[in-house]
Amino acid sequence: MKRKLLYLTLIAVLFFSAFPLWFSFVVSTKDSSALADVSLIPGKNLVDNVKRVFDTVPFDLALLNSLIVALSVTTSVVLFSTLAGFAFAKLQFRARTALLVTVIGTMMVPTQLGIIPLFILMTKLEWHDTLPAVIAPALVNAFGVFFMTQYLTEALPSELLEAGRMDGATTHRLFWHVVLPVARPAMAVLGMLTFLGSWNDYLWPLVVLASPENQTVQVALSQLRAGYVTDYALALTGTMLATIPLILVFGALGKQLVGGIMQGAIKG
Amino acid sequence: MRTWPYKVDTRVSPYLYISPFFLLFAIFGLFPLVYTAYVSLFDWSLLADEHPFIGLDNYVALFKDSYFWNALFNTVSILILSTVPQLIISLVLAHLINRQLRAKTLWRLGMLLPNVTSVVAVAVIFSQLFGRDFGVINWALEGLGFGRINWQAGVASSHIAISVMIIWQWSGYNALIFLAAMQAVPRELYESARLDGATEAQQLRQITIPAIRPTIIFVVIVSTIYGLQIFAQPQLFAGSGPLGITGGTDRQFQTLTLYLYEHGFNRGFEFGYASAVAWVMFGIIVIFAVLNYRLIRRIRQS
Repeated sequence: MKRKLLYLTLIAVLFFSAFPLWFSFVVSTKDSSALADVSLIPGKNLVDNVKRVFDTVPFDLALLNSLIVALSVTTSVVLFSTLAGFAFAKLQFRARTALLVTVIGTMMVPTQLGIIPLFILMTKLEWHDTLPAVIAPALVNAFGVFFMTQYLTEALPSELLEAGRMDGATTHRLFWHVVLPVARPAMAVLGMLTFLGSWNDYLWPLVVLASPENQTVQVALSQLRAGYVTDYALALTGTMLATIPLILVFGALGKQLVGGIMQGAIKG
Repeated sequence: MRTWPYKVDTRVSPYLYISPFFLLFAIFGLFPLVYTAYVSLFDWSLLADEHPFIGLDNYVALFKDSYFWNALFNTVSILILSTVPQLIISLVLAHLINRQLRAKTLWRLGMLLPNVTSVVAVAVIFSQLFGRDFGVINWALEGLGFGRINWQAGVASSHIAISVMIIWQWSGYNALIFLAAMQAVPRELYESARLDGATEAQQLRQITIPAIRPTIIFVVIVSTIYGLQIFAQPQLFAGSGPLGITGGTDRQFQTLTLYLYEHGFNRGFEFGYASAVAWVMFGIIVIFAVLNYRLIRRIRQS
């Protein structure tokens, strides 16, 4: 009996998680004049709505821009976090502990509050309204370094490094031939998390990208929700176009993502 | 045997490996934040060539502006309305799935699903759900015999709607973080508690929560830092136009970041003033983080 109640609760949780997304999908398949009728069965207007999204904002360019930004950011974050994580986990150097504490401290720094000087900086560099302005500030993050340090401390056997040293391998060689193969699963998870974060970033791209053809997906989406009377069939079609690829990836790799988030957590 | 290239390699490589992080973080993370304090002392408009030094005038003007206090009130109100329920839901969810279950992965995936959705998507989706005329929530309320609510219009109702967006997006994610911590708590503790006849709620309160306190502190502080900077949800709740910037017709849900955005990027680019807002926000965030830390530590002692 108690068991049944537990599963019923979990099914309810699942319903609350999925319902808003399902409902949005349903709205995106309806004629915008038929929204008064609340029904959960998809309509026939999806293709038409998709066309309207592409007519209203340059959505194809926005997808491309977001892809460029997210891939650059992910590559950089994964590479630099693995390098730093390796150093913090397995190499000896002065001030190591203090520097690692600094990294963890910077995880709590609200960098979003620096957007004014960042904007001034980008104007000086003449990067304003270009993708590098969005990419540059995201090239590293403290969470990535912390995450890789935690993983490599546990997963990388020190004996393996010692053996490599005995054979005369340089640190550089050790990194490429010993560390990278071991780090691969964690790099994949960090890559996914970083990609998601970058793809979903909003305030800074909104501020620094001005021209419609330079905007990222999230900024383009926000444009579809303009005015007091929103055409929700249009806005939610855009939302679905930007969200469904992520949900598909999530369906395929979600298990690893869950594992990664739990691994990155600070444990009691 | 060990020659100088070896020594150079082992001495220098570690610093070489950590330097990209520190360098890039210093340039694009730390420097802008510190430089914000400097800019806040000037009458610095992007549209003017001269940026005269005006001392603390921006701060004086800021503290005299009732819209600033309004934004601070809204931000704190949304922070409390979102963080407290979120914390309770996350802890209960984590406790529920911290046991042998069928379809274990399914429940975890379901909880994480909202977090994969972008903040913008969440804001658009829930603006529709909370819509006055065609929103599902009003439709359900009417069906249950209650009246329709104009969610955007009121202070309380709009704060609740925005908080629901945050709760929906983050409860499952935080539940997974808590679950990770709970799995490190020894099973025997629960078994002996059960033998003593402790209920589920008692086990959660008396065993789990004390055991995972560091994780709770971490989650609360991170949620606070995030909550005090809420932007996309209120901006898009009223539509991304002028109403979004002011957070509704009567500024009933304008948050501090929206207030900063209004002055920094919509009203003649008042960078000096907006920097003062940012720096005050930074102070508020530090105060809240410390307060929360103290509060939760006290819970442990009592």
